[in-house]
Amino acid sequence: MTANLRRRKIYSGLFETLCALAVIVALIPLAMILFYVIKEGFGALNLDFFTHMPKPVGEIGGGMANAIVGTLILIAIAAAFAVPVGCICGIHLSEYPGTKFSSIVRFAADVLNGVPSIVVGIFAYGILVLPVKRFSAIAGGVALGLLMIPIVVRTTEELLRLVPGGLREGALALGATRGRAVFSVIVPAALPGILTGILVALARVAGETAPLLFTAFNNRFWSTSLTQPIASLTVQVFTYAISPYDDWHRQAWAGAFLLVMMILALSILARLAVRRLERMNRS
Amino acid sequence: MITLVLEPEQKAAMPPVATQANDDPKISVRDFDFFYGSAKVLHGISLDIQARKVTALIGPSGCGKSTFIRSINRMNDIIPDARGKGTILIDGKDVYGGDTDVVELRRRVGMVFQKSNPFPKSIYDNVAYGLRIGGLRNKRQLDEIIERSLTRAALWHEVKDRLHASALALSGGQQQRLCIARALAVDPEILLMDEPASALDPIATSKIEELIYELKESYTIVIVTHNMQQAARVSDRTAFFMLGRLVEEGDKNAIFTNPKEKMTEDYVTGRFG
Amino acid sequence: MKRSSDDRSFRIGTGAFAALVLLIVAGIAFELTRQSTLSITKFGLKFWTTKVWDPVSGDFGALPFIWGTLYSSVLALLVATPITLGIAIFISELSPRMLRQPLAYLTELLAAIPSIVYGLWGIFVLVPIVRKVEIAMGAKPALGVGMLAAALILAVMVIPFTSSVAREILKNVPSTQREAAYALGATRWEAIKVAIGFGRTGIIGAVMLGFGRALGETMAVTMVIGNSPQISTSLFKPQYTMAAVIANEFTEAADELYLHALIEIGLLLFIITVGVNLLSRLLIWSTKRRAATIVVMPVVVAEEVPV
Repeated sequence: MTANLRRRKIYSGLFETLCALAVIVALIPLAMILFYVIKEGFGALNLDFFTHMPKPVGEIGGGMANAIVGTLILIAIAAAFAVPVGCICGIHLSEYPGTKFSSIVRFAADVLNGVPSIVVGIFAYGILVLPVKRFSAIAGGVALGLLMIPIVVRTTEELLRLVPGGLREGALALGATRGRAVFSVIVPAALPGILTGILVALARVAGETAPLLFTAFNNRFWSTSLTQPIASLTVQVFTYAISPYDDWHRQAWAGAFLLVMMILALSILARLAVRRLERMNRS
Repeated sequence: MITLVLEPEQKAAMPPVATQANDDPKISVRDFDFFYGSAKVLHGISLDIQARKVTALIGPSGCGKSTFIRSINRMNDIIPDARGKGTILIDGKDVYGGDTDVVELRRRVGMVFQKSNPFPKSIYDNVAYGLRIGGLRNKRQLDEIIERSLTRAALWHEVKDRLHASALALSGGQQQRLCIARALAVDPEILLMDEPASALDPIATSKIEELIYELKESYTIVIVTHNMQQAARVSDRTAFFMLGRLVEEGDKNAIFTNPKEKMTEDYVTGRFG
Repeated sequence: MKRSSDDRSFRIGTGAFAALVLLIVAGIAFELTRQSTLSITKFGLKFWTTKVWDPVSGDFGALPFIWGTLYSSVLALLVATPITLGIAIFISELSPRMLRQPLAYLTELLAAIPSIVYGLWGIFVLVPIVRKVEIAMGAKPALGVGMLAAALILAVMVIPFTSSVAREILKNVPSTQREAAYALGATRWEAIKVAIGFGRTGIIGAVMLGFGRALGETMAVTMVIGNSPQISTSLFKPQYTMAAVIANEFTEAADELYLHALIEIGLLLFIITVGVNLLSRLLIWSTKRRAATIVVMPVVVAEEVPV
C-alpha cells in the first residue's frame, strides 16, 4: 500500500469516527433533558397537581388543574378551526393540483409554516384581542390553529394524491358528483394518514407558549369560558420557571413532564390510529 | 461494418502495444458463486478473459451478467448482504484475497456504467477526479493526462475549448465518452463496461463501439450487452449467460454461427430473450 | 348540466377554504404593518439603527434586538452545522441498517420537545453548567445566562430538524454518483464527499432552514439569554433577541407607541424569517430537481458538429 493510500484510508476512518461522535454529542442533550424532566417532574407530581388550583404567590402547594384543562380546551379550539380549513384546502389542492391558484396557495402554506409562532400570536392579538380589548381562549385557540394549518394542508394533500385515481373514476362512473366522490370515497381511503397529520399538528401546538402569552394570556382561576383568558400548561410552566420560588420551580418541572407525556401520547395515538384504521379498511 | 477513423493524435495517445506473447488469461474465474442474502444469483461461473481482447457477455436481462462484472472490481462490496464465493484472479492474484486492497483494485480495473454518471463538476474536474484522489496535484501533469484521456475517448476535439464547462451540459453520448475518459485517466489495465451504449441513440452507440474497437489494443475489455448485434460487432470472444449460469463461451464467430449448446443457438437466433 | 354545476360548486367551495389560507398569510403581513404604523411614522428608518430602547421616555430603537437575534442564530449555526452534517452522514451512509430507524426516531424525538421544556432545562441545568465553565475560564461577567447559553440551546434545538432535511437530501443523491467514485478507486469517505458535493446546494438550504428556525425561536432563548438590550460580541454578556423582547414586554406595554414598536419588531422578524425560508426552499428544490434529471439528454450546445 502506498503512503498516499494509507493516508487516505486513515482520513476516511477518522472522519467516519467524527460522524459517529456527532450522533453521540447530539444525543447527550436529549438524554439530559429526558432525564431531568422525568427525575424532577415525575417526583413533583401528586394528586394535588391535577386537582388543585394555583396558590397565591409565595404560598406552597396547589396545582395546575386549570392549566391542564386550559390546554385541552385550547387545542380543541385549534383543531376545530384548523381541521376543516386545512383539510378542505388540502382537498382542493389535491383535486386541482396544476392550477396557478393551487401553486400560490401551496406557496402561502409554506410561508405560513415558516412564520415564527410569536408573530402568529401578534396576528391573533390584532384580530381577536384588540377589537374586543380582552384576552380570550378563542384568541389563543385560533393562534394555535393557524400554526396547525400548514401541516394539515400538506399531509392532507399528499395523502389524497396517493389514493389511486381509479377510485375516483369508479365513483364518478357510478353517477356521483365530484364532491360526493371525494368525500365519500377518496377521503375515507386516505383517512388514517390525514388523521395522523392532524394528531402530529396537535402534538406540535400543544407545546407552544409564545403565541399564547398575549392571546389566551393566563388565568389564576378556574375558567372554561371561551371568551375569558384561560390558563395553559405551557404558559403556567413559563411563569413558574422564571419566578424566584422553589416550590413553583418544582411544579414547573411537573408541568413539563405532563406536557412531554401529552405530546408522546398524541404521537403514539397518531401511530395507533393509522394501524387501526388500516386494519379496518382492509377488512 | 465499422469504419475505423483513428485520428493520428488518438493513435499516438494510446499506450504502447505490448509485444509479449503472453497466453495467460488476464482474468481467471473459477467456480464463482454469488449471493444476495440467501438468493444465489451466480452458479459456479468459470471463465477466462484474455488480455487485450474484448470479451462480450450476452444473455437475457436479469441473468447475472452485471452482477458478474461488478464482482470483478468488487463493486458489489458496497451492497449489504451481498457476497461472493469462489476465485477471481487478476494476473494470478485473488481479487478477494486477504492482501488485496479494494481501493487499489478499483484503480486498476476501471468501470463504465449503463447510465453515464458524470459528477456535477466541470469536464476537467471529472477526468481529474481519479488522479486527484490519488494524490496528483501538479497542474501540468494533470493537463497532460486529461488531454490524453479525452483523446483516447475520442472526446478531446469536441470539448478542448470548454474544459471548464459543466459536464452536465454534454449530450448523453458525450457524457458516456467523458465517463470513459475519466476511467482511462487513472491508467487501468482492465475496463469493465456494463451496457455502456444502451441509453444512447444509434449514432452515439456506433461511436462508442468504434471507441471500444480502438481501446482494445491497449486495454482488456469486458462488456456486458443485451444487444447481440453489438456483441457480434465489437467482441473477440463471447460468453452466453443464462439464469446465473455460464452456458457457453468461445470465439465470437463460433458462438454466433456455430453454437455448441441448443440454448445458445435459441438465444442468438432470437427464439427467446 | 347538473354535473358541471356540481363540479363548479365543489371547486368554488373548496377553493374558498384554500383562499382563506392565502388571506391569512396576506393578513398577517397586513396586520403587522397596520399595528406598527405609530412606530413606523415616528421613527422611520432610524428604528433599525438606534440602540436606545427606553419605554419610559418613549424612545425606541431595535438595533440591540436585531444584533442579538442574528448573533445568537449565527453562533448556533456554527456549532450545529458540523454536528448536523455528521448525523446526516452517519445515519444515511455509515450506520448499520438496523440502527438507522432507531437513530432517526431519536433525532425526531428531539424535535418534538417543546421550546418551553428546552427553556426549563436551559434555566436549571444548562445555565449553571455554563456559569461554572465561565468562572473556570475567568470570564467577566460569569452569570451563566448570556449569549453562550442561548447559542448552545439554539444549536441543540436546530439540530434535529436540519439533520433530517439533510438526510433526505443525501438519500436523494443518485447512488450512481457514489458508484462512479468507488469505481475510480475512492475510499468510503471520498465517495461520501462526492455525494455531499452533489447535494451541497440542498444541504446549504437545510442549514438555512435551521437558521430560519433559530431566528424565530422565543421561549428557550428568553429563558437563558439574560434579556438585556446591549450590543456586544462577548459571549458572556446577557443580550436580547427580537422574539424575546416581544414575548417579555408585549403585555407590559403601557402605551400604544410601545406596543407598535414591539409589533414593528415582529414585522421585521416576519420579513426576515419568511425570506430565509423561501431562499432555503428554493435551494432544496433545485438540488432535488438536479437529482431527478441527471441523466436526461439535455440541450446540446454543439459548436461543431461531431464527425
